Amino acid sequence: MTFEVVMAGFGGQGVMLMGQILAYAGMVHGKQVSWMPSYGPEMRGGTANCTVIVADEAVGSPVVAHPYAVVALNRPSLDKFESAVRPGGVLIYNESLISTPPTRSDIKVVAVAANQIADELGNVKVANMVALGALLEVTDLVPMECIIAALKKALPAHRQDMLAVNLAAIERGKQAAVIP
Amino acid sequence: MSERVLMKGNEAIAEAAIQAGCRFFFGYPITPQNELPEYMSRRMPQVEGTFLQAESEVAAINMVYGAAGAGARVMTSSSSPGISLKQEGISYLAGAELPAVIVNIVRGGPGLGSIQPSQGAYFQAVKGGGHGDYRLLVLAPANLQEAVDLVTEAFDLADLYRNPVLILGDGLLGQMMEPVEFRKLPSRELPPKTWATTGMRHHPHKNIINSLVLDAPGLEKHILHLQEKYARMNLHEQRAKSLHCADAEVVIVAYGSTARIAKTAVMSLRQSGLKVGLFRPVTLWPFPVNTLSELVPKVKAFLTVEMNAGQMVEDVKLAVNGARPVHFYGRMGGMVPTPEEISSECVRVLGGVR
Amino acid sequence: MAKVFARPESLVDMQSHYCPGCTHGIIHRLIAEVMDELKFADRAIGVAPVGCAVLGYMYFACDMHQAAHGRAPAVATGIKRVVPDGVVFTYQGDGDLASIGCAEIVHAAARGENITTIFVNNGIYGMTGGQMAPTTLPGDKTSTSPYGRDTHKQGFPIRVAEMLATLDGPAYIARVSVHSVPNIVRARRAIKKAFEYQIAGKGFTLVEVLSTCPTNWGLTPLEALDKVAKDMLPYYPLGEYKDIESGAGAKK
Ligand SMILES: Cc1ncc(C[n+]2csc(CCOP(=O)(O)OP(=O)(O)O)c2C)c(N)n1
Ligand code: SF4
Repeated sequence: MTFEVVMAGFGGQGVMLMGQILAYAGMVHGKQVSWMPSYGPEMRGGTANCTVIVADEAVGSPVVAHPYAVVALNRPSLDKFESAVRPGGVLIYNESLISTPPTRSDIKVVAVAANQIADELGNVKVANMVALGALLEVTDLVPMECIIAALKKALPAHRQDMLAVNLAAIERGKQAAVIP
Repeated sequence: MSERVLMKGNEAIAEAAIQAGCRFFFGYPITPQNELPEYMSRRMPQVEGTFLQAESEVAAINMVYGAAGAGARVMTSSSSPGISLKQEGISYLAGAELPAVIVNIVRGGPGLGSIQPSQGAYFQAVKGGGHGDYRLLVLAPANLQEAVDLVTEAFDLADLYRNPVLILGDGLLGQMMEPVEFRKLPSRELPPKTWATTGMRHHPHKNIINSLVLDAPGLEKHILHLQEKYARMNLHEQRAKSLHCADAEVVIVAYGSTARIAKTAVMSLRQSGLKVGLFRPVTLWPFPVNTLSELVPKVKAFLTVEMNAGQMVEDVKLAVNGARPVHFYGRMGGMVPTPEEISSECVRVLGGVR
Repeated sequence: MAKVFARPESLVDMQSHYCPGCTHGIIHRLIAEVMDELKFADRAIGVAPVGCAVLGYMYFACDMHQAAHGRAPAVATGIKRVVPDGVVFTYQGDGDLASIGCAEIVHAAARGENITTIFVNNGIYGMTGGQMAPTTLPGDKTSTSPYGRDTHKQGFPIRVAEMLATLDGPAYIARVSVHSVPNIVRARRAIKKAFEYQIAGKGFTLVEVLSTCPTNWGLTPLEALDKVAKDMLPYYPLGEYKDIESGAGAKK
């Protein structure tokens, strides 16, 4: 099986890191993975996105027109990627910043108040991890122990104390993943 | 390091160079390869190597010229506009027969173009680019593990043939992350660099690094010597990979990141029972004519797919030599073809041959 | 009600791509104001560099030519020789002008080429994501000097205004800054003088403008203005380094 996930949001919302953690976890899980960022001047203050592929076979194209899942952390990202989700796929959107819900009915749409939950955890920077938690809950892409291993790898030595709050954010995201 | 690590293409290439014993890097910033010199600027001091940001690509390639002449394993990297500036120096390296590794993470052109992935530099890479009758060994990885392995190869091949080697990637390979492993490849027997300009205290007679041969018969002799070397490279170094070519009616020919996209297309076409295959040149020069022409009698048509307006397709046509139709599909300017596009193009070609 | 502050006519009415708080925008405005005041927009030909100002060709309401990285002074030379009564200017960053384009600017200045260069010195490569520039201050960390600029290995910053002022070709060379209102006023005066000299056919003119890059300096826009005052001014003193009218910087 091949799962493609597009993660998108403002520059600074941590979509690139969220994608890297998923890719790393996939690798730890023994899957074939790739991570591909959007790059260029449009990232300056605008929206950024990355595509993560987790597959059994070697990854072909690291970019896809119709991903299995989309995680949209802000309104422009939802506008850009809602129509791209493959029928039967998954769309996670950040309810905290997106007031009008997506309209597709042929996919699984999941709302998560990522910023609000992150705020409650005392660190708005972990909103990305809340969204990642929601994605993991709905898709079973990789087991939690692989995510933990990936987080340990991704956090620099002087930031290992952030592990707990990141894990809490993922857990809260998992619990909050409600299909409206 | 032998565990699998997730790395960006640009950084994986840089680390591979360090693992291959490269201790000198001269470069100049340009997107989409910036992570490569940035990685070198962090890593080289840790291994007592030298990272220097030159004032321009022209300066960078001439620093490479000097360092290579002095016998070092040396590398530079850039992207299309910067590689154009390096062409003069590359021609000198080839003329003076110096080993060096040059990385081109190609972006859209001509001119300032864009910073998105492209394969518009094929002609420049394989047909010269700079002046004079010279050739580069051109290696085109399609995934990051291959890129890592080919970097090691590149340094060895450069030393073996005393010739610059070009790694041709693109923005996609430079920017993407994939797991890679830095494994020890079997090491080759390499000739000692008795010609290096390290000072006469190190060798019995004076060494000169030079590409000037003023008398015509002398220069002709030198060029013939180069051609003889290129013929040896052509004989020994052609490399390609093929997938599902044994019974294929249509074979897609693609290299680098286009090939991995084409692979997705081939896999899905095979699932619907269509007999298509993929032929992927790994060396662009020497072009893998031998293995490609072996396919000719078995195949009904070829479809070359590139991220340009049609460059490698000329070499495919030369190899096929009119025996079969050679079709072309290209996206350019930073547009990346999707597997679906390639599939439908392939189906169109298949329809024509049935 | 009388309008007392408006967009200069020589600046196109559109949103720029510059980061919030970047002083590139102020410098654009000053050039456009001078263009309005001296009324030369209809015979101005600007040359855009490769750097964050690459899209400058969209912003000035005059003819524009986009150059290869560092080559703007050569391109401007070509234009000026064909259109001698045109007002030709280049707008260049420090990587563009002082690194890859060092030869072109030195020779345009030495030839006394009758063009005006606006040189934006922010001590970093903005466009490509914060690499070291020839003007990066000793000790400053950038993405290619991660341990801080070490002058033993990476050399010293280049003071462009001083260096070019040693040449006989230039008519006017000044260094200004845009980190505070009084400085912005002085910068405008210098830019105006440079264009006036070109229009009068006096020769090569260059105004170096100390500028900020909050994005790649990792500072807020206000902190970035502070850095100009605290760190850049001591290394890059402001002033007129050459003025053939007043004799400043002229050979004794
Ligand atoms: C030949 C060539 N080399 C490198 C580049 C990549 N490049 C684009 S902008 C730039 C430097 C920009 O820095 P600067 O001139 O200081 O301007 P700023 O972006 O800071 O305004 C470089 C190296 C290029 N486009 N062409
Ligand atoms: S990167 Fe720096 S110089 Fe460029 S627009 Fe942003 S703040 Fe200005």
